[in-house]
Amino acid sequence: MVALYWLPEIARWRERLRALGEAGDGVWDEAVALAGARLDAVATNALDTMRRRVLPEPPRTLSDKPVRLAVLGSSTLAHLLPAIRVAGLRRRLWVETYENDYGQYWQELADPGSALYRFKPTAILLALDARHLAAGIGAAASAAEIEAALDAASERIRACWRLARDNFACAVIHQLALPVHAPLVGGNEHRLAGSRAQFVARLNARLRAMADTEGVDLLALDARAARDGIAAWHNPELWHRAKQDVSPAAAPMYGELVMRLVGAHRGRSYKALVLDLDNTIWGGVVGDDGVEGLVLGQGSALGEAFVEFQDYARELSRRGVILAACSKNDEANALEPFDRHPEMVLRRGDIASFVANWADKPSNIRAIAQELNIGLDALVFVDDNPFERDLVRRELPMVAVPEISDDPTSYPQTLADAGYFEAVAITEEDRARSGQYQSNRERDALKASATDLGSYLRGLEMRLTWRRFDRVGLSRIVQLINKTNQFNLTTRRYSEGDVLAVMADKDAFGVQLRLIDRFGDNGIIAIVIGRLDADSDRGADLVIDTWLMSCRVLGRQVEPTTLNLVAALGAGLGARRLVGEYIPTAKNGMVKNHYTKLGFTPCGEGPDGATGHVLDLAGFRPRDTFVTVEEEEGE
Amino acid sequence: MTEPEIYAALGGIFSDVFLRDDIPLGPELSAMQVPDWDSFKQIEIIIAVETRFGVKFRTREMDGLNNVGDLVRLIAEKS
Repeated sequence: MVALYWLPEIARWRERLRALGEAGDGVWDEAVALAGARLDAVATNALDTMRRRVLPEPPRTLSDKPVRLAVLGSSTLAHLLPAIRVAGLRRRLWVETYENDYGQYWQELADPGSALYRFKPTAILLALDARHLAAGIGAAASAAEIEAALDAASERIRACWRLARDNFACAVIHQLALPVHAPLVGGNEHRLAGSRAQFVARLNARLRAMADTEGVDLLALDARAARDGIAAWHNPELWHRAKQDVSPAAAPMYGELVMRLVGAHRGRSYKALVLDLDNTIWGGVVGDDGVEGLVLGQGSALGEAFVEFQDYARELSRRGVILAACSKNDEANALEPFDRHPEMVLRRGDIASFVANWADKPSNIRAIAQELNIGLDALVFVDDNPFERDLVRRELPMVAVPEISDDPTSYPQTLADAGYFEAVAITEEDRARSGQYQSNRERDALKASATDLGSYLRGLEMRLTWRRFDRVGLSRIVQLINKTNQFNLTTRRYSEGDVLAVMADKDAFGVQLRLIDRFGDNGIIAIVIGRLDADSDRGADLVIDTWLMSCRVLGRQVEPTTLNLVAALGAGLGARRLVGEYIPTAKNGMVKNHYTKLGFTPCGEGPDGATGHVLDLAGFRPRDTFVTVEEEEGE
Repeated sequence: MTEPEIYAALGGIFSDVFLRDDIPLGPELSAMQVPDWDSFKQIEIIIAVETRFGVKFRTREMDGLNNVGDLVRLIAEKS
């Protein structure tokens, strides 16, 4: 059986389920909490039934748009839908599901009058079973006939993907077929072209390659079956009885796999792995046993298992997962193995945020989230100590805390099975990210060693390079404008077309700023858009339409340096004054006093708390900073 | 396992599957008498029973189940 074994048992789960209807305004939160328990198939269905009974409509407070998932397939699927909805609940996602009339996936995709079109899916899962795909294939077929059948099957699936994508502009997920066919040959099955088992395996391989070019994500049930055993996923008795290709006992895991992909599309995967140290990444307690007394490395099974877990964590960091350490220790003791234990795989530089002290772990995890500048709901916390796990779950329910045993041999697979870091694409940026955070750490170390802030900032040797908006930077500009919420004065969102319009306007400028220092290139970290308003009564004003910045570079004098640039660009357009506006949102309170800090004078308040500020350019003297400004070459 | 023990365990399974505590579990009870007891619920019950009692039913055995009494006899034979 495939169990959700990394999720904790929850005390009095049954009683709480029965009482769900009495939770009043807290019914959604309580349902989410219940979905976080280690549920089997019966409990999963019960939770779904109860939730639908007491909460038939999405709560008004829901921040995420509901998911409308159409599951299209060739066999019985109804028994999988409750588990998909519950896996959504676990992620605070409201999921509406749709299932095609039995076997009619193609007809419904091709018919704009079908119920599928009325459903208006935001995601489509195509679940075609192996028996359906291998229909007509047999051992008597020639190799040429099998090639033709493979072509036909993959083209038919491609056509389904394109119908889904073109008509609904939605995420498309394809379920690779379970290897349900009994082999005919054995180890050399591949030598029989017409083997159905072989046909399905080859089709899966083709679809993997095709999915990359078509932008389709894969629900790799074949890989799960290879790991869990086909019997965990497919029960031939239930196939014959009810045409259930995926066994209902596997439904909770199936729902997890589906919703991980949907969640990854919405940026809901976890971003950072926070590791306890003593007895989690090495055996023993460094403060008591000393570096020499730790169980780590060759010579014992336990020591090798800790090495392997460290290696897995380092591999995760190399693909873009941020690592942090959270340990109850004197910092010097906690650091010592990193400095001088020869078997340590993780180096100090692999850990983007290192917190070792005697404060409670929830407080330290909060500090880690703050230092990394990511939400608590992006953190996974691994600790061998059940007390610490419980405490963190209670204080910080949004942090994922897997149940783990005291046996490190199981840790890598547990993290993998829990699927916290599901990704739909691996970008160059992912691979570079851990390096960027590491540079942040080195900057912080410099900060600690420099005696005053001025010498720290001078030591950074910062250069702010700028260029006007251009086509090369277009997608990054649009991405920054649309995802920056905190350091964003006006939170105006721009499409590509809007950015192109700024580029074409001779009375406006749009600039992208990059910060480089001795530890590396921080990339594009700020955007400013200014526009000349010639009609104002005191001569031309340069209105700062947009000013946003990445929080990663706070406290580095980027703001006053940027002001110097804006003032120069404004003067170049003939402006006499700079006019800055702050429009408050739920998230941008940090920049409320941005303009007054820079020396602007307040000039009135709008209806929604928006405030205006002016700065006379005639008397403007560039601010002294430790950042030099350079113009980059354009395209 | 004695019959009363099996009935007690089945009571828990039925109350989880149907989210009700008032199902009068007895040898004569069959799917006909319980609303919602459809073929899906039947499979759910069997999966829960197999897990709970550590048994595996053969296709013929599942086909021969007509009421709760049949199920209890089968569990008693196998566990």
